[in-house]
Amino acid sequence: MAAEVVAQQVERPSIWAGGVSPFGVSWQKLMMWIFILSDAFIFGSFLVSYATSRASIGSWVNTGKVFALHIGGSEVPLLLIAIMTFILVSSSGTMALAVANAYERRKKETIRYLLLTMALGLTFVGCQAYEWTHLIVDYGVRPWWNPFGPPQFGAYFFTLTGFHGLHVLSGVIYLGIIARQVAKGVYDRRGSYANVEIAGLYWHFVDLIWVFIFTMFYLF
Amino acid sequence: MVEQVQVHHGEQPGAVHAPIRTYLTVWGWLFVLSAIAYFVDVVHLVGWLKVILLSLLALMKAGLIMAFFMHLRFERLSLVYAIVAPLIFLVAMLVGLLPDGLSVFLRR
Repeated sequence: MAAEVVAQQVERPSIWAGGVSPFGVSWQKLMMWIFILSDAFIFGSFLVSYATSRASIGSWVNTGKVFALHIGGSEVPLLLIAIMTFILVSSSGTMALAVANAYERRKKETIRYLLLTMALGLTFVGCQAYEWTHLIVDYGVRPWWNPFGPPQFGAYFFTLTGFHGLHVLSGVIYLGIIARQVAKGVYDRRGSYANVEIAGLYWHFVDLIWVFIFTMFYLF
Repeated sequence: MVEQVQVHHGEQPGAVHAPIRTYLTVWGWLFVLSAIAYFVDVVHLVGWLKVILLSLLALMKAGLIMAFFMHLRFERLSLVYAIVAPLIFLVAMLVGLLPDGLSVFLRR
């Protein structure tokens, strides 16, 4: 009798009591989402700080001019950043295609799109390295000083774009590890390409952050 | 409604995702919205009109990325709420603290 009661309690536990997945995703995917949320709050605090301090200054740097490129003698405003945005959005698309192919377990296509995504990511970091060099060496921009306007510009430029660039670089390494595992057939043996999708979550998040840095830091 | 493809192997039971065509459409829209944002800046719209337009474009892009590329459109609502609710508070923090920055500016 008592055993029967216990058995009933065991049979109908709350969905939060463990042993089931109330979110309907694997724990690996859930952990990635938890990481993404915490990372979103790190970037969020950067952006909140940037927004309040910029509102308190009033004037700001003309980013269109600072990040312009000269083409045939004419100056195209913010062109470098537009190109970088184009590259990162492209990489997001190739990553989505890698994940879509991973769902169907098409090994070769998955690797191809992963490598393409990595190449675009590296190109993005390359543009950023050029941008940093240009500002640091040619203009003497420092976290505490710059020739364009309020000194805070340097601090926010380096923290926001630096932290984001590090994320892209880590993402390239992360995707490299995943691509290697796909190539070695680890996921075929395991019977699941789920790790590609989880890596995709990270990569799309890095693109998502760029949407807000692009808008708030470069366009506003 | 959005087309869905059932995943039969290896994934979470009942997991669905979009066909490749949907990803390509979303990809295209991300390019279009980014281009519009760039031109809003280039044509020198100023003041609140620019801020509101660019914020709307950024939120639209974020919504597309999260819904389709990050598959939230196909996840259980409990997960969607757990992720989106904190982000709404993040935006609230940003908007809520802006007046503080402005009041410092007005006292200068």
